Amino acid sequence: MSEEQRERRSYLVGLIACAAWTILAFGVVAMGVERGTAILIIVVAALVQLVLQLRYFLHLDFSRQKREDLQLVLFSALLLAIMVGGTIWILADQQNRMM
Amino acid sequence: MALQTGLLLVSSFTCGMAALAMKYKEGRGRLIAWLGVTALLGLGFIALELKDFFDMATKGGVPMRSGWLSSFYALVGLHGLHITAGIVWAVTMMALIARSGENHHSKRVMLMFGLYWHFLDLVWIGIFSLVFLVGLA
Repeated sequence: MSEEQRERRSYLVGLIACAAWTILAFGVVAMGVERGTAILIIVVAALVQLVLQLRYFLHLDFSRQKREDLQLVLFSALLLAIMVGGTIWILADQQNRMM
Repeated sequence: MALQTGLLLVSSFTCGMAALAMKYKEGRGRLIAWLGVTALLGLGFIALELKDFFDMATKGGVPMRSGWLSSFYALVGLHGLHITAGIVWAVTMMALIARSGENHHSKRVMLMFGLYWHFLDLVWIGIFSLVFLVGLA
């Protein structure tokens, strides 16, 4: 398979796989699955879709030449986690003190 | 909402096709066409979102009603603005490529646009999963 065909297939695989996981998440809600289970499935489906898009649309992988891009994304994720997690932590603490 | 998700996912795909059209030199026409499809899908998304906001507001679901609705409009609206900016960018690039063709500069801008547009879809996955689906579950 040529490089071009491989790249085209990458987008197609990403599209189909992502659509499948999206339909799963919507289906869980449409079928009225019990709340706890539904949320778990939705969150897992969201994470899988994120990884699928990074892999097939943004071409991130574990190969050496893409190491830097991967590190950039992971570092951004770390910063976001610190900001979001920290905010929630502080707000929850604030709420406790107000009680 | 499901339709919006579909539109955005397909637009991510057509954005990829535009990138490939540039990389493999399929000609200006196809490149501009793929960009146009991407922008149109984005426009469809915005139209549905505005209709949604309008429906909600007429039923009394305005941002001032509750903290949840304030955050909802801020979050979803900001993502809508992000997409609107992306559409403007896509149209600008179509004009740029139509005028001066594919060169070193437009290739770099195209790469940046690709990253930007794919990220729109990444953010939307978070929004539709956590705001809409978890809210409905």
